[in-house]
Amino acid sequence: MGDWLEQNGALLGLALLDGIASAALIFMVAVGLNLVFGVLRVLNVAHGSLFAIGAYAAASIGLFAASAGLPGWASLLALLLAAMLVGLVLGPLIEQLLLRRVYGEEPVLQLLVTFALFMILEDAQKLVWGVQPVSFSVPVSLMGTVDVPFGTDVIPYNTYQVVLLPAVAVVTLVGLALFLRRTLTGRVILAVTTDREAATAMGIDARRVYLLTFTFGAMLAALGGALSTPTASLVPGIGASTIVLSFAVVATAGLGQIEGAALTALMIGIGRSVAVTFAPELEVVVPYIIMVAVLLVRPQGLFGVVETRRV
Amino acid sequence: MSSSFQLGRRQALAAGFGSVLLPSALSAQAPAQRPSEIKIGITTFLSGPASVFGVPGRNAAEMLAEEINREGGIGGVPVRLFFVDEAPGIDHLVGEFRRLVQNERVDVMFASISSGSCLACTPLGEELRKVTLLWDCGTQRIFEERRYQYAFRTQANATPEILAPLLYLLKTRPDFRTVAVLNQDYAWGRDSWEIWKTAMDALKPGTRVVAELFPRFGATDFSAEVTRLLALRPDVILSTSWGGELDTFIRQAAERRLFERSTFVLPLAESSLERVGRSLPAGHIVGSRGDHWHQHPRPANPQALQRFVEGYRRRYNAYPIYPTYHMAQAFSALRAAHAKAMQANGGNWPSDAQLAAAFPGLEFETPTARMRIREDGQGLEPQLIGTTLHSDRFPFAVMDNMVVFPPELVTAPVGQNSVAWLRTLTPDMVNRVPDPIRAG
Amino acid sequence: MTLPRIELLLALLGAAAMVLAAMATPWMKFVLTIALAKGIAVLGIMLLLRAGQVSFGHALYVALGAYAVAFLAPALPDAALLLPAAALVTTIAGTIIGLFVSRYREIFFGMLNLALSMVFYSMLEKFYHYTKGTDGIRVPSLGVAGLQLDRVTYEWTVFGTALALAFCFGLFARVYLASPMGQALAAIKTRETRLDFMGVSSRNVLLAAYVLSAMMAGCAGALIAMTSRHVTPLLSYWTASGELVFIAILGGAGGVLGPFLGAVAYELVRVYAAATVADMWQMILGAVLLLVILFARGGIWGLVSVRLQRRRTA
Repeated sequence: MGDWLEQNGALLGLALLDGIASAALIFMVAVGLNLVFGVLRVLNVAHGSLFAIGAYAAASIGLFAASAGLPGWASLLALLLAAMLVGLVLGPLIEQLLLRRVYGEEPVLQLLVTFALFMILEDAQKLVWGVQPVSFSVPVSLMGTVDVPFGTDVIPYNTYQVVLLPAVAVVTLVGLALFLRRTLTGRVILAVTTDREAATAMGIDARRVYLLTFTFGAMLAALGGALSTPTASLVPGIGASTIVLSFAVVATAGLGQIEGAALTALMIGIGRSVAVTFAPELEVVVPYIIMVAVLLVRPQGLFGVVETRRV
Repeated sequence: MSSSFQLGRRQALAAGFGSVLLPSALSAQAPAQRPSEIKIGITTFLSGPASVFGVPGRNAAEMLAEEINREGGIGGVPVRLFFVDEAPGIDHLVGEFRRLVQNERVDVMFASISSGSCLACTPLGEELRKVTLLWDCGTQRIFEERRYQYAFRTQANATPEILAPLLYLLKTRPDFRTVAVLNQDYAWGRDSWEIWKTAMDALKPGTRVVAELFPRFGATDFSAEVTRLLALRPDVILSTSWGGELDTFIRQAAERRLFERSTFVLPLAESSLERVGRSLPAGHIVGSRGDHWHQHPRPANPQALQRFVEGYRRRYNAYPIYPTYHMAQAFSALRAAHAKAMQANGGNWPSDAQLAAAFPGLEFETPTARMRIREDGQGLEPQLIGTTLHSDRFPFAVMDNMVVFPPELVTAPVGQNSVAWLRTLTPDMVNRVPDPIRAG
Repeated sequence: MTLPRIELLLALLGAAAMVLAAMATPWMKFVLTIALAKGIAVLGIMLLLRAGQVSFGHALYVALGAYAVAFLAPALPDAALLLPAAALVTTIAGTIIGLFVSRYREIFFGMLNLALSMVFYSMLEKFYHYTKGTDGIRVPSLGVAGLQLDRVTYEWTVFGTALALAFCFGLFARVYLASPMGQALAAIKTRETRLDFMGVSSRNVLLAAYVLSAMMAGCAGALIAMTSRHVTPLLSYWTASGELVFIAILGGAGGVLGPFLGAVAYELVRVYAAATVADMWQMILGAVLLLVILFARGGIWGLVSVRLQRRRTA
């Protein structure tokens, strides 16, 4: 083991850096899904569509800003703006028009409402943005690279990926944790997550909390998409592949657990980049192996609470 | 799509429920009457990531069909197109294929972008005795594993498409010792690597493979892979990826200066050049699954190429990419085969079997070359490979030092398995590669 | 007439309509065979839905059954042997996986199934040299019970087999749901703890239903492989699992006819959508699903049975 580390320690270090960067993006998408699930108890398949639309919107707004001659830093604002816009427009629309009608129904119906929405949005997105890959990489070029020493060599990393993305993820995590525990609205959300019946019995307006949470979750999904725009070309189908991964994160993390989502995202991100370095063929199944392993030991997820059994 | 067109389909579909169909075996032998229109079924990707090829393919088909109809159609009969999306999966595709053949009574099928779709559709076309032109799929397995009477490929296959860039590399930069590969993890990615590896072991024995990376199909981030390649510093990096994934890989590699450390060989990058703009640096090797290039240095028919490129650009606001040329080849082959079959039939309208019989040995024009279909159904298509160059004329990298490979040099002979044939190659093959042509 | 009798009558009528449609148009025979196969898989999903559990990964068993046929066909080119073989393979896989997943409920149950099907999907792609990856495997032409059939007869045989299996599984599911094991399934949904108090192992109740559903999905996969004659990993992708749940709700989870009504409706809508707007079929399917959930919650079977009950009371 010691020998191995000596030989491969530097490689492992590089893999950690990549892992953290990708974990940041995974976290941003999954935490929104988990928050929504915690409160509404609806597993939102359309979360993937919101991710994709956020990404496309960020590219459009960013490209517009660039063509309007706005300075480079405006492109970063464009990402944020796109996420807010998508979340604030689509979030309430979906919650009010669709989800509201199926609260209290069987979970499978709720799930399928979002699945239907996912199918519709998948084609709608094609109508708006076409099928040719769309990209907007100004923020990455703007922030340049940092050289990480590797033996006698240096490995250039994108500052955007290894500094900005993790920073945004940490700010989101800390901000969310503070919001949920320190503010009244946050505590109300937590209360509904923990015990909906008791919370509503105590006079909490669950519907308002649902609307708020869903909109917020939609914004987080769109922000995840917007943040991935600068490094990825957007094509039809990115929503579908994003959502499966987020599902795995939610189940592993435990329902509604934001710290759990962070830890799971880290495990998956690092697991995958370590796999790319040392056993590339395993990379694809890493998230699922982690999920199955965690659930074998902790059937309610990493941070999940055992639900009281109703009699 | 016009509304009358849609209505026509729906009516036809509704009528199908009531109609009693002849056993389909009969239709191939029945004497054919001159129809009021030639129906062409086209399977292509209209959704999902591969629609980056499928939709330009459909666009080209619509443009070409209009052009053909303006000029009086094929054999004086206008053509009508039916599109099928390959994305929902084989069971849907095969069902639609049957519907088009048995119910819409299409006269010919243009099958598939994905190799899996082609492998499913080709035997079905044979069973239904319907001429099936493989317009874009690359797998060499089709005609090497079985003989077909009704299926023909109007373009090359994976073997020449991968062997040509390798020969180009050996001719222009012979001094490499290490190679790494990053391909999408699906059939094409794996097949193309097997072809490359087998040929490389025969043509330049002793080359070391330092990494074989097959990221998930549809991946949106290659940071970990780029890190790995930066650390390994291979002399050559091969990637047969395409679409959004190739764009992403090129951008991420460019941002992190991987292009300064290794020579890239990107056999499908012609389809990404316009999109990635100047992110793709000069000095790397690019191919186009054929001899498709709007700045082709010596096209067989310069006017035709210019008309095709300008027509497509005017209509769709982008340079045509290789699937559009592949679509043009399918139409051109159909036209030529039809004329040949009609002549052989004393000027009468050919039956399905007569049309099929016209394809082996058929020669037809493409904007850039004159192509031939071999007796095993495989098309012989030249391969154009070049090195990227930045010029003032275009906002993206273009090809320079172009080599146009004659198809006979790089295609496995009839009846031979590609991999077995590649093993028999010898290093002196490089001497037979034509000299590069500078960009005009 | 009592409702079960009417149900049987409707099933016979439906079967007759299918045969007529298949006779009139050969490609409909293909589409309907696929629809019947999917209906069988959805019947299994419905058993689990009775227990309130949604598997978002049953495409795993459909694909497993299909690949079992594709792998065994060269050595065993007979549909009459391949179908039981596929059923056996998926029953074994269902038992092993079921022992693990039957401990979990709701989202964990759904997501574990999803994860396992995605692992299977990745394996089909990764073990390229055995599975041919996304290229998929061609199923050679098969004999049936020792007879070599021509194409049209073969297609009719597979269609007939699918219809017969649909009937058998449908009848079986009726009996099963009415039995104590079936009743216990519904109890898992409402108050699982009470089952345990009664000394009934809720885990075993769910496991039994799970293994049955895996076997049904396996038969469905085998039928799909025998019909489309080409199998690809896409069969096990998560959207394929979603499609099965979609059909369950579209058809209505109330009766055993629901899955078949749903599957036929689904395939027909998809064909018509694809014929009218080839690149927007997803949007049309999604809209149909939304309308069903919002305005016809019982699915197609729900609409039918309400009509029937009204007529009886009138």
